Amino acid sequence: MSRQHRTPLKLTDNVVEVKSKFEAEYRRFALKRNGPGGFQEFYRLLQTIHRIPGADVMLGYADVHGDLLPINNNDNYHKALSAANPLLRIIITKKEGEPVVFATNSLQRRKKGLGLTGLRTSVTGSTHSRSRPGLMIGMPQNFRQISSIIDVDILPETHRRVRLHKHGTHKPLGFYIRDGVSVRVTSQGVEKVPGVFISRLVRGGLAESTGLLGVNDEILEVNGIDVAGKSLDQVTDMMVANSHNLIVTVKPANQRNNVVHRGTKTSMGNSGSVGSAGSNNSALSHDSPSPASQSNPITASNSIAEGDSDDDDDDEDDDGDLILENDCLAPYDSHLVTNSNNTNLNRDSPGGRSHNPGAARPLPQSVSLPNSVGASLSDSSTALSNHNGNPAHMSSSSQESMREDGNIITL
Amino acid sequence: TNSPPHDSIKSKTLEHGFPHQPSALGYSPSLQLLAIGTRSGAIKLYGAPGVEFMGLHDENAAVTQVHFLPHQVELVTLLDDNSLHMWTLKAHKGLSELLEIGRFTLTGPPGAPPSVTRVTAVLAHSSGELLLLGTEGGHVFIVEVPGFRELEERNISLDQVASSVPDDYIGRRNLEHVETLQENPVDPNQVVIGYGRGLMVIWNLEKQQAIQHIPATQQLESMWWTEDGGHLLSSHSDGSYCRWMAGGEDMNEEEEEKSDIPYGHFPCKAISKIIQLPTEKGPPFLLFSGGMPRASYGDRHCITVIHSKTHVALDFTSRIIDFFAIRDPSALVVLVEEELVVIDLQTEGWPVIQTPYLVPLHSSAITCSHHVSAIPLKLWERVLAAGDLQSKHYSKEPWPITGGQNLAPDPPQRDLLLTGHEDGTVRFWDASGVCLCPMYKLSTSGVFHTDADPNDNMNQGTEGEWPPFRKVGCFDPYSDDPRLGVQKIHLCKYSGYLAVAGTAGQILMLELNDEAAEHTVEAKVVDLLQGQEGFRWKGHTQLDVREEPVLFPPGFQPFTLVQCQPPAVVTALTLHSEWKLVAFGTSHGFGLYDYQQWNNVLVKCTLNPSDQLAMEGPLSRVKSIKKSLRQSFRRIRRSRVSLRKHHVNNAAELAEMELAPVQRKIEARSSDDSFTGLVRTIYFADTFLSDSSHNTPSLWAGTNGGCVFAYMLRLPAAERRTDELVTAQPAKEIQLMHRAPVVGIVVLDGHGAPLPEPLEVAHDLARSPDMQGSHHLVVISEEQFKVFTLPKVSAKMKLKLTAVDGSRVRRVGVAWFGSSRSEDYGESGLVVLTNQGDVHVVSLPTVKMQVHYPCVRREDVSGIASCVFTKHGQGFYLISPSEFERFSLSARYLVEPRCLVEVPFRTGSATQRRPQPDGVSSAHRYKSFCVSVFYSDLKPTISSKSAARRVMEHALLNDESEYRETEL
Repeated sequence: MSRQHRTPLKLTDNVVEVKSKFEAEYRRFALKRNGPGGFQEFYRLLQTIHRIPGADVMLGYADVHGDLLPINNNDNYHKALSAANPLLRIIITKKEGEPVVFATNSLQRRKKGLGLTGLRTSVTGSTHSRSRPGLMIGMPQNFRQISSIIDVDILPETHRRVRLHKHGTHKPLGFYIRDGVSVRVTSQGVEKVPGVFISRLVRGGLAESTGLLGVNDEILEVNGIDVAGKSLDQVTDMMVANSHNLIVTVKPANQRNNVVHRGTKTSMGNSGSVGSAGSNNSALSHDSPSPASQSNPITASNSIAEGDSDDDDDDEDDDGDLILENDCLAPYDSHLVTNSNNTNLNRDSPGGRSHNPGAARPLPQSVSLPNSVGASLSDSSTALSNHNGNPAHMSSSSQESMREDGNIITL
Repeated sequence: TNSPPHDSIKSKTLEHGFPHQPSALGYSPSLQLLAIGTRSGAIKLYGAPGVEFMGLHDENAAVTQVHFLPHQVELVTLLDDNSLHMWTLKAHKGLSELLEIGRFTLTGPPGAPPSVTRVTAVLAHSSGELLLLGTEGGHVFIVEVPGFRELEERNISLDQVASSVPDDYIGRRNLEHVETLQENPVDPNQVVIGYGRGLMVIWNLEKQQAIQHIPATQQLESMWWTEDGGHLLSSHSDGSYCRWMAGGEDMNEEEEEKSDIPYGHFPCKAISKIIQLPTEKGPPFLLFSGGMPRASYGDRHCITVIHSKTHVALDFTSRIIDFFAIRDPSALVVLVEEELVVIDLQTEGWPVIQTPYLVPLHSSAITCSHHVSAIPLKLWERVLAAGDLQSKHYSKEPWPITGGQNLAPDPPQRDLLLTGHEDGTVRFWDASGVCLCPMYKLSTSGVFHTDADPNDNMNQGTEGEWPPFRKVGCFDPYSDDPRLGVQKIHLCKYSGYLAVAGTAGQILMLELNDEAAEHTVEAKVVDLLQGQEGFRWKGHTQLDVREEPVLFPPGFQPFTLVQCQPPAVVTALTLHSEWKLVAFGTSHGFGLYDYQQWNNVLVKCTLNPSDQLAMEGPLSRVKSIKKSLRQSFRRIRRSRVSLRKHHVNNAAELAEMELAPVQRKIEARSSDDSFTGLVRTIYFADTFLSDSSHNTPSLWAGTNGGCVFAYMLRLPAAERRTDELVTAQPAKEIQLMHRAPVVGIVVLDGHGAPLPEPLEVAHDLARSPDMQGSHHLVVISEEQFKVFTLPKVSAKMKLKLTAVDGSRVRRVGVAWFGSSRSEDYGESGLVVLTNQGDVHVVSLPTVKMQVHYPCVRREDVSGIASCVFTKHGQGFYLISPSEFERFSLSARYLVEPRCLVEVPFRTGSATQRRPQPDGVSSAHRYKSFCVSVFYSDLKPTISSKSAARRVMEHALLNDESEYRETEL
């Protein structure tokens, strides 16, 4: 991301040049930068232009760094439009066979000029042996947000508010806290007060992989509640109780890594975040608007929600309860419970969501289901039944699973 | 318009049971009050049943001596730290209260060693104006009371005494400390000073000179001046006692009249206290403690009573703190470390008088408790009758300590507290009033084969044994078989059915029978594993059931028994007497048993296959091995590290190691955690489980892993109840996202009120539940309170406790709070005790936090674990193994002592006795004990409680509004 690129041309109008490529064919047309319409319209437009109506395709574009990034929702569509300077290069690929891998360095760049010649939809590196193998970027639905820095604009520079998302990962939260002494500067002078500190990070744990929490960081708040005056056990219990969506405000021991101290990032808004597909090497990329986080629909939506109150958490939490209702008086069998059939309990109708596979959220709750019962509701099966709008499991006793905003009700 | 009915919060109101670690005993014959001091600095006064006072010294020092000032309402306490404290019973608005009015520490001359002023003996002079203080240095200081003014000119210094000691007294060696001070009962001017070395000196206070020297040569333990003033008794460390003529004119011809080592021949232990009491006609009583042959009976705690030809060595259950006799002599009162024993000396055989208070709750360790409010009179009387049959061996004499007037009104209702004990007994206590009175004791061990012979009576002594021992007291902490321990109790007050569950997975169903009966109890084994394989139970085996018929005395008699397999501790129990079903849970699952048909209806295994610990039995062992292994590995690693950098400063390293702070891991709960399958709560409800038009019986169970199981029950019609089977169908399963242990389940009716107890409506004691509006399910986990709709379970409301303040629910109960202002207004709420020791009231059905206040110290884990709530917003918890603290959250229901002690009318006679009030007899010792307001002028609020708490830790709190009400 440190790669240099050409100075953007100064835009004189609001028109975006679009150059789209499908297989061997190129099309060129213009779009209004601030014109109406979203991803769906754009998708249909491209189908029309390339005369491939009905074909199931995926859209990608080349960003300023030359990375191939997906367009699959309104957010990254608008991002693509805004990033065009002025040319927007679109690459259309058929959705079939092996999945397309979006990645950094996936498009070869020329140091001079932006002409794209060797477009590839898979990881390169063989042709250009000198360039480092690129960082793998999975499909957006494979992304799970695991952490974010929030409320940068309202917190003092010395503090950091970190949100850890347990749902997105099987990793343990992975940190320990201890009692300690905090030094505060007051009008009376330096004062020593008891405080709670991070004492240890578990290797490979969520806390460590985010890079946002460090040993000896002082815990100031847990989910908005001041921990001053609370015992270590109380703080432990608060954190465990909030572990599904833990927001800790810390005073980092190492103040040099603070977000605010690293250049001006005002354009970022109040939220930087780290997306990770589960690898450890995403650490400390939070202060850079990485393509993943910018293009990730989850990140985008969550970043907005983060500014809200605890109500969001409440909902998530409530919906996390797994409720199995077995109103038919069939003899009890633990295996049948999850598959038992009763369709009259539509808690929340799936509505039109099932017709919209592209917008399906990446099932953040599913991984936290209890192993005993949740195992049968694996990601794939629920996702299938969800997206197809009809029961996927006809085998045992027509199971229907519905899911909305993380709810799971097995009927 | 009504303010919340629980607007006036009461703190601790009363302590029940026997004081932990008593250290001193005092008695006022004129007030007829007993005083007990404890090692924690508490002072407790007891008179007639219901007359109780408590005080606490600010110093955290043990009370070593308690002395009432004769014919006064004052008493003096001596503490471990050598401070003296003056207490008085002050009347205020017609009620007495115990107040500390002064404190004093002896100051010696400058430069004197501390032993000079270290008080070893205290004599409260009969004038009520003087206090004589004997010290370690051998001096006697005289202090004027109640103001503690030193009368230096009257002090009796060691030099004064030593100068007149006869020359032949073993070369005039050091007299040592003042062991005891006694006043001549007939001449207040004469006191005898007993020195540790053995010398006794009779001193004339007026003339300030020695009258007589008694040169005993054995180390002195105690002295007693006979009532006629004619003789002195001394007891010594070699187990001997001597009788001396006192007041002889000739100072040099005093003679040892009689010396005896009662358990002689072989070396004996010291006789620590001796008293002799005359009788109106006939020989006197001689009582002394100790003196046993050192080798053979040195470990016994004995008081020997000799009267005429009767000689008994009363063998107590624990160390003797002190004893006194109530004059006539009518009774001997003995304080031992674990109980108070009163012996009737007037009745043949000297039987024990049952104590109306200070009962040792812990005679076998308390393992659980259960409170039942508002017992119907009929059941009450039947339990009492069964209990009376058990107390035949007690004396018929009334309770001999009768001081003070009990002014409290009769308790509004009859409340029972049931305690389960380690030895398999269940004790029934009258918890209606100030006195926690024993009513009845149920033993479940008779059903099983145990090592102990149930007919082994403690009172049997072998004929011709010497010394002639007789065991007294009921403290017996040794359990023959820990598997007998009672873990859960459920009593239905309407039907008299009782379920008792224990450590080895046994669930006994009992019913009340007024006649003795002999029958076998058949056991039904319930396999909670349901064929789960790969597990091995490494815990205890199940109890062996007696196959032959067992004779059960009148009272609760077992009729059927369920034994869980594996025989793990029963962790949840509930009983539905209308449906005749009992449900139980262990760490492996839960079951439903039909006790009408003696048939098991349902078994559900809740085990998580990955939970090995639950399978392996008692967890502590497994865990501790794991832990110790981990620690030893850590130690090895540490030592390696230190070896490697041996050159660095070792001390610094050591300091660093020791300073390593406690760490807490932050980890989300997972289904793999240990004991997720442990059943924490189980509940019956008649509610809408499948559709909103038909209510059905249902069973609910909540586990440690945050899972709730609901079963729909189908009961046959009443006329076919004995023939057709009860069936259970799984209906719902809720896995709470936050996975915290489920500690309570309540179903609310259409009005948002908790469903009534079984049979409550049938007995017209509760409004029938509203079946029109929709019902709600309240699930209480350690972290949250959640309300779900029924029959379709969806979350409606919740209160997050842990996420907000970091406390966790430890105990929960449903309580009804009556308004103190309006008779018919009240509301139900949840009463919650957290791991921080705070009590919260949570409203229903809205689950909003109403009030909270600190109740138990957060470090007092066993106190928090022992807490039980009553249905009317009171609660009990153990403040020591032997004492319950009672507290009240309710404005209407409050039990506190209210009593008055008047200044005794002074007749000038030292033996003046107050007439015994009528109506206090052991036969109706359970009635009319009431309640009183102490410290009614204190108005602690929740916020300012810390100030009040310092003083009132063991005392009573009140506020004015409450005072007005209870006074009516």
